[in-house]
Amino acid sequence: MARADGYTTFVSSGFGKKLATTLGLPQPVPLRRYVPGGPLVDGPVLVGGHADTPAVTALRAGLTAAGATLTEVVPDGARLGGVVVDLTAAETPADLESLRATLAPALKRLGRCARVVVVGRRPGTSGSVAQQAARRALEGVTRSVGKELRAGATANLVLVTEGSEGAALGTVLFLLSGRSAYVDGQVFRVGEGGAVDAPADAEHPLAGKVAVVTGAARGIGADIARTIARDGATVVCVDIPAAGASLADVANEVGGTALQVDVTATDAGARIAEHARTRHGGLDLVVHNAGITRDKLLANTDEDRWDSVLQVNLLSILRMNEALLAKDGLRDGGRMVLVSSIAGIAGNRGQSSYAASKAGVIGLVDGYAADRALRRRGITVNAVAPGFIETEMTAKIPFATREVGRRLNSLSQGGLPVDVAETIAYFAADAQAAVTGNVVRVCGQSLLGA
Amino acid sequence: MTTHRRAAVLGGNRIPFARQFGPYAEASNQDMLTAALEGLVARHGLAGERLGEVVAGAVIKHSRDFNLTREAVLGSSLSPDTPAYDVQQACGTGLEAAVLVANKIALGQADSGIAGGVDSASDAPIVVPERLRRKLLRLNRAKTAAERAKAAVTIRPTDLGVQVPANTEPRTGMSMGQHMALTAERWGVTREAQDELALASHQNLAAAYDAGFFDDLMTPYLGLTRDQNLRADTTIEKLGSLRTVFGDGPGATMTAGNSTPLTDGASAVLLGSQEWAEEHGLKPLAWFVDGETAAVDYVSGDEGLLMAPAYAVPRMLARQGLTLQDFDLYEIHEAFAATVLSTMKAWEDEEFCRERLGLDAPLGSIDRDTLNVTGSSLAAGHPFAATGGRILATLAKLLHEKGSGARGLVSICAAGGQGVVAILEAA
Repeated sequence: MARADGYTTFVSSGFGKKLATTLGLPQPVPLRRYVPGGPLVDGPVLVGGHADTPAVTALRAGLTAAGATLTEVVPDGARLGGVVVDLTAAETPADLESLRATLAPALKRLGRCARVVVVGRRPGTSGSVAQQAARRALEGVTRSVGKELRAGATANLVLVTEGSEGAALGTVLFLLSGRSAYVDGQVFRVGEGGAVDAPADAEHPLAGKVAVVTGAARGIGADIARTIARDGATVVCVDIPAAGASLADVANEVGGTALQVDVTATDAGARIAEHARTRHGGLDLVVHNAGITRDKLLANTDEDRWDSVLQVNLLSILRMNEALLAKDGLRDGGRMVLVSSIAGIAGNRGQSSYAASKAGVIGLVDGYAADRALRRRGITVNAVAPGFIETEMTAKIPFATREVGRRLNSLSQGGLPVDVAETIAYFAADAQAAVTGNVVRVCGQSLLGA
Repeated sequence: MTTHRRAAVLGGNRIPFARQFGPYAEASNQDMLTAALEGLVARHGLAGERLGEVVAGAVIKHSRDFNLTREAVLGSSLSPDTPAYDVQQACGTGLEAAVLVANKIALGQADSGIAGGVDSASDAPIVVPERLRRKLLRLNRAKTAAERAKAAVTIRPTDLGVQVPANTEPRTGMSMGQHMALTAERWGVTREAQDELALASHQNLAAAYDAGFFDDLMTPYLGLTRDQNLRADTTIEKLGSLRTVFGDGPGATMTAGNSTPLTDGASAVLLGSQEWAEEHGLKPLAWFVDGETAAVDYVSGDEGLLMAPAYAVPRMLARQGLTLQDFDLYEIHEAFAATVLSTMKAWEDEEFCRERLGLDAPLGSIDRDTLNVTGSSLAAGHPFAATGGRILATLAKLLHEKGSGARGLVSICAAGGQGVVAILEAA
């Protein structure tokens, strides 16, 4: 699944590194990615912040239980695996000094592919104006730090709700781990909920879950199927009948089932739900990944091209969800993850139809997350928005354009399909019961649309 | 174990059938059978599963493929602990394989199994002439240089050559088409009737594709997503314009349009007991009720080469206490359009039914609207051993759609004057 691009390999070698340093070229490093059985993070994790808060207490306990070595001071002669800074108690911008004081010395002692995780509170409407300013300031700091970090390190912000601090643990663990390799400069919003018990089998957080992945025959979809199967899920792999050969290969590789159905068929949702119910006894996770591009400048886009993109990428999800979100579809406590795109956030020349559909997907997330009936059933709906991901599709982009796409981000490299898949697996876990309505970019902190 | 239980058809898979020397020209029987198995495994979630057995075969087979089915299993995602064996009964191979698997399940000797078949008319084994083969074996046996030289000089330029397998009956030297032409003449089957049947086959198959009928019966292979032989836009005029290829003189009726072409492809059908199906979250589509084989003396000319099913069906009906009209659907393999028409004429013929079948009355006719309703071999093509699996899976699905109790009859003729027939009933 994982492979570094040629340039990254080159600048990681002795001569290549020297040359890149001399010329001031970008110096991407091979990212630290999750390996089952490996440590959560390479090196001790510094935990600090502004005062002792319920959040930091919960995090210390959770991180220790997850096997991390915690420290309160920057160690001499050793490299930090990560820094977690709690600013949930920040009441005025003056309190941000605690953040600076904790981070500044730590940033000089970060190891390769280290992690910076800032924890704050969601800006509310009830607090003082000073408090609002302090909370919002965290985004600016975190995003800037992300751009300052080198050697594969990332910085992300987690916003928690008062009284639900324990619910953020899963997100912080994800951000510290190799699972979040290409997630950088993002803001995660954790809603109301209690602490969730750690999964019985830490290496198989999705054990016993039945998942459906559309567009599973190739590319990102195939790696989504592989990743959630690795995490223990039984996977129903869905793709159009014409892609059946590679779909069968993926399904057999992950020990799941192949279902050849066009997501735009009127009965697609019902057939998927029925398959999951009769074959596997129910449905816990739906990943709407199927998508197409029909790139053309809008001036040259005819109705057919426009319609086919909107049908496959957006309308099919709405139609399928009538069955998938009905009573005998997704189980209570189920998860739905949609695949948006950086094009849906930033827009892209020649991709007006694609961008329309992928921005529409974000609208779906907003709509479903606000749906009280779904919240009562414990169903969460989130999206990933991939940036430049190394796939068959991006391999066809002309060299120069491809190189620009690859390097224009804080990690100076493209992501891998597995990076998108890991974020989806994160959303899917039981631990994320309080995470809904998020659109997380898996883009290495791309400059586009930032 | 003497308790009998019912064996169910649980699902099927095939790769689209390709014309000879088409997209599968370079694919071996093992490649295609493995692909058919992989699609079946994926559809039914059987990766890593140990099945009772896999039974399949090919009509045209390389000597290296002595363990073709076992090799295909080892190359598939099934558990390597799944045993397998090969069968070969000409075009009856696929259905005979299903009879064998179903019988073991019924007897309790197996809980599950796959029956299949594959054939390549493109990747054919090439054989050297018999005289050269004997001389080469003698050369191979030689131990000393002198013996080798002695053996080598016996090989003459006139010994050299290759033999490609031909669709010819060894005992009559006649091709299957030539045999069929005799039977068609015997039963007075007209060119028009044959062309009409061929047209219906293409139209029915095309309509089934358009309705998505094959979405859960087929897995694309090497870029092919539909049977290559299918001509959705053919017309009675186009079929009528083809020149005849079998039979002699002005009375000849058989063309390339109403005969099946040489084809490459593979199919596989999953069978199991009800308990095994339930444990695996699978729904029985149809019960495998009964099967019968027959053979006729075509060598002496007493009966037509492809008429054995006409004898097998009444024997099976008598055993089951059924009449020919007690079926909702009929699948009669279209080796040639004339095969189907001759068989049906024979069943309608009082003299044939009395003299040949020993019946008091004719078996009667079949409602043509219930015959080969999603097309058959004339449109889909006919990779010999793969046809049985194609028909079984198709019929099981069709019967399941009709609802519990619906009954279907399968009839497949085979070289050597043989025939295999079976009854399915919707679960």
